[in-house]
Amino acid sequence: MIISGVAPELGGIKLAVIDQSKIRNFCIIAHIDHGKSTLADRIIEMTGLLTDREMQAQVLDNMELERERGITIKAQAVRTIYKADDGEEYMFNLIDTPGHVDFNYEVSRSLAACDGAILVVDAAQGVEAQTLANVYLALDHDLDVMPVINKIDLPSADPERVKEEIEDVIGLDAEDAPLISAKTGLNVHEVLEQIVEKIPAPAGDPDAPLKALIFDSKYDSYKGVIVFCRIKEGTVRKGTPMLMMATGARADVVEVGTFGAGQFIPCDELSAGMVGYITASLKNVKETRVGDTITNADHPCDEPLPGYKKVNPMVYCGLYPADGAKYPDLRDALEKLQLNDAALQFEAETSVALGFGFRCGFLGLLHLEIIQERLEREYNLDLVTTAPSVIYKIHKTDGEVIDLTNPTNMPDPSEIDYMEEPMVKAEIMVTSEYIGAIMDLCQERRGIYQSMEYIEEKRAVLHYHLPLNEIIYDFFDALKSRSRGYASFDYEMLGYQRSELVKLDILINKEEVDALSFIVFAGSAYERGRKMCEKLKQEIPRQLFEIPIQAAIGSKIIARETVKAMRKDVLAKCYGGDISRKKKLLEKQKEGKKRMRQVGNVEIPQKAFMSVLKLDDD
Amino acid sequence: MSKRGLELYVHIPFCVRKCAYCDFLSGPADDQTKRAYADALVREMRSVKEKYSNYRVDTVFLGGGTPSILEGDETARIFHALSEDFDISPDAEITMEVNPGTVSAEKAETWKACGVNRLSIGLQSADDGELKMLGRIHTFGQFLETWEIIRRAGFDNVNIDLISALPGQTAESWAKTLHTAAELGPEHISAYSLIVEEGTPFYEIYGEPEQGVQARSAAGQGRVLPPLPDEDEERGIYQATKEILDRYGYHRYEISNYAKEGYECRHNLGYWERKEYLGLGLGAASLVRERRFHNTADMEKYMGIFGEAKGGISDPASGEGAAEDFEELTLNDRMEEFIFLGLRKMEGISEQDFRRIFGKEIRQIYKDQIKKLTEQGLLAGAEGRIFLTERGIDISNYVFSEFIF
Repeated sequence: MIISGVAPELGGIKLAVIDQSKIRNFCIIAHIDHGKSTLADRIIEMTGLLTDREMQAQVLDNMELERERGITIKAQAVRTIYKADDGEEYMFNLIDTPGHVDFNYEVSRSLAACDGAILVVDAAQGVEAQTLANVYLALDHDLDVMPVINKIDLPSADPERVKEEIEDVIGLDAEDAPLISAKTGLNVHEVLEQIVEKIPAPAGDPDAPLKALIFDSKYDSYKGVIVFCRIKEGTVRKGTPMLMMATGARADVVEVGTFGAGQFIPCDELSAGMVGYITASLKNVKETRVGDTITNADHPCDEPLPGYKKVNPMVYCGLYPADGAKYPDLRDALEKLQLNDAALQFEAETSVALGFGFRCGFLGLLHLEIIQERLEREYNLDLVTTAPSVIYKIHKTDGEVIDLTNPTNMPDPSEIDYMEEPMVKAEIMVTSEYIGAIMDLCQERRGIYQSMEYIEEKRAVLHYHLPLNEIIYDFFDALKSRSRGYASFDYEMLGYQRSELVKLDILINKEEVDALSFIVFAGSAYERGRKMCEKLKQEIPRQLFEIPIQAAIGSKIIARETVKAMRKDVLAKCYGGDISRKKKLLEKQKEGKKRMRQVGNVEIPQKAFMSVLKLDDD
Repeated sequence: MSKRGLELYVHIPFCVRKCAYCDFLSGPADDQTKRAYADALVREMRSVKEKYSNYRVDTVFLGGGTPSILEGDETARIFHALSEDFDISPDAEITMEVNPGTVSAEKAETWKACGVNRLSIGLQSADDGELKMLGRIHTFGQFLETWEIIRRAGFDNVNIDLISALPGQTAESWAKTLHTAAELGPEHISAYSLIVEEGTPFYEIYGEPEQGVQARSAAGQGRVLPPLPDEDEERGIYQATKEILDRYGYHRYEISNYAKEGYECRHNLGYWERKEYLGLGLGAASLVRERRFHNTADMEKYMGIFGEAKGGISDPASGEGAAEDFEELTLNDRMEEFIFLGLRKMEGISEQDFRRIFGKEIRQIYKDQIKKLTEQGLLAGAEGRIFLTERGIDISNYVFSEFIF
């Protein structure tokens, strides 16, 4: 099959017409830090599409935040041309998948756009929980998985053990797995050759009705929505009338093209087997949901590609501008972020303590943190975040069932028949010496033990069912600290379960602070209340009078701390006439006051609202 | 036409050894450096004299460091240059800071001859254990020797510097220091409370103060020192100061300063009253014509400008010399300063002065702040003045910061 089209000059390689058998669509899957992005960089570099100058470290993670955190947040794609040892030129479409459980659905859609996957395993760390989860996901999509062992230049590298592990635990043949160092480029050539050899070419009929899978979309202020897609069947070109089968959105194609490194390269058409982008004057990514199928509105296909679902937020919290006057700015910023992030939801709400703000829904805690950081960095907003909450189902005595996303809206206990909370199925991989510590942690977090299996002599997988609200705060941190970083963790949603839950209120100087209320398991309420009070005592600066801090369930006080009255605050030494310095100190103090929220007659620093989120003190 | 008043501050950035709490611009130096610095000071004066020819100097303060570390002839050279280059009022207050261990009868005679009429002597504590811990170079006995020398030389306006809230200090040991100092009968006593400043050895040990709490244990931090006094102890220490000094006839005229009637330090009062002052020497700060600035704190840079090799700068009268960080004070800055500096004085600020200087009513401009702080019992008013209450003194920073925009 021949794909006609432009043959742009790229990095000195004249692109000849490439037939479908010369296309390789693949992704790289790995546990965090096992070297996925570094390998991607090397592949791009060694296929010669980038000059050294263009080669910014980790080309694919192009959001500043992604580079800093080393996490891929949005799927990315890049097309490169590889001249193989057989003398032929191959078109590689490398699709980078998000690397976090919050974005599991996006991962699955990215995988569906590929025909094969490179599995990167750290030669020292071996197989981790995320590796397993990602491999299973890839196998579910019938991808051919090709293992690669990375970081063999590390002194602690043990490639033979890791090979065995891959074979025993995952059941993949690791005999020929290239032993590489993505950092130095060692043996990466072998990876390129194996991509040609082991990853199947795409199939699909370019003359069939159009069927394209959306695996990501982003909003660009010039082009409108840019849809990232894999053409499964048919051909799309400028002017093709598109129909998104799930959302029902329609638009005529304005431009199609492929992915250069960090740039879009327009071409005449995309046909079956190709990965590329489509623009049409669409204004919102809500219309081009990840997983949806694009077809030709005039010649639609019979049925959409399988697997589409609408992702819903799992975690909610209130976001408030630190400076109340910035409320419209926050709204604008959220609207802009939402253009690119269909999973982000928000609606206006008000809090007695924090004023006007938004209740926002996120896929998970990482998603929340990322949005929060982007708002602060890219939109220069100072934010106050309330404690994250999951969605509780409240069954009222009158038979009504409500989804509770904001603790403040909890009905009076007398109206509640019972409550349910979301549960997850968790897999924790841990070395044997820390099994006890991790089981203790799961126990404390109300985990229900399911099973445990040893994947090798010294490592086991623990299976637990855990309430989602127990892992959204600081479970990752606790897991890492109690296993000295050796445990890895993955989870998926399980469903709702009936539970004894109460609303815990915090009273500061006898006044309830709505932004600090949260829902907690009845059995943990006492402990949590006590910790909250202790934490707040540290965060609230002394004021002119004594301030009681109380935790209460209904009208019952369960914990109390006191912030003593301010005693002494004097700048005694002041001579040599250095007034400017003294003034700076006073200005700093005044600045601190501006960052306070007045609740009743008490000033509460904004960071107090957030510090209570991290209560694990192990 | 009468001249404008000016205060002069001259900085001597040298001492025998840096004390453990000290974050001032000062350190040990060899004789050659000190001599070269004194020469540079003289050149700096020469370079600015034209600019200040319309001023009459009311006070001079030779501070440090330890100015008494200079040899008599060096000190004399500095004062000689001062009197040549500036119009110094015949009744000017001329203060010099001295420290025990660097004072001799000969030096004291020289100072006297130079016109120094007020000395400020750093005692800090009457307890030898506390002195050692502070890293002072002297004992209480050595202080007494210095005291004798300067009294015998005829200095009859002398301040003693004390520091409270020291590590391990109790209300009793502080009271003992106060009694001991007051019984000597100095004309003035400064009683500062210890502030652990960044960059000092104490900071290494005690770190950043937790909010409002000074009591932290120093155990396990290398150098074994007692903890800072806890809150109740410190409060006792703080209250004792005024009570005890009152009994000896010292009245508190500023947050940390006590004097016998008529012996208030005019130079320091000038700072609180926003009088114009010029700082000479390394890092010295100035307020001239509603502009704040200070000299470079970089010795090499300073010597590069006024050191011998340069022989002064080409056009000293028009250049800025070693001055940097110029800050033009806006009307708002000036009003803020008027308040937060003026309130340091126990007599507080005068509504009429405010009206005269700014042409506005203080009670209108700061209506909300004054109302709130008065209700909180931190400010009081009487006879056209606004001043801190006892409670307001305790938390004066809180009060001042309310007036900052």
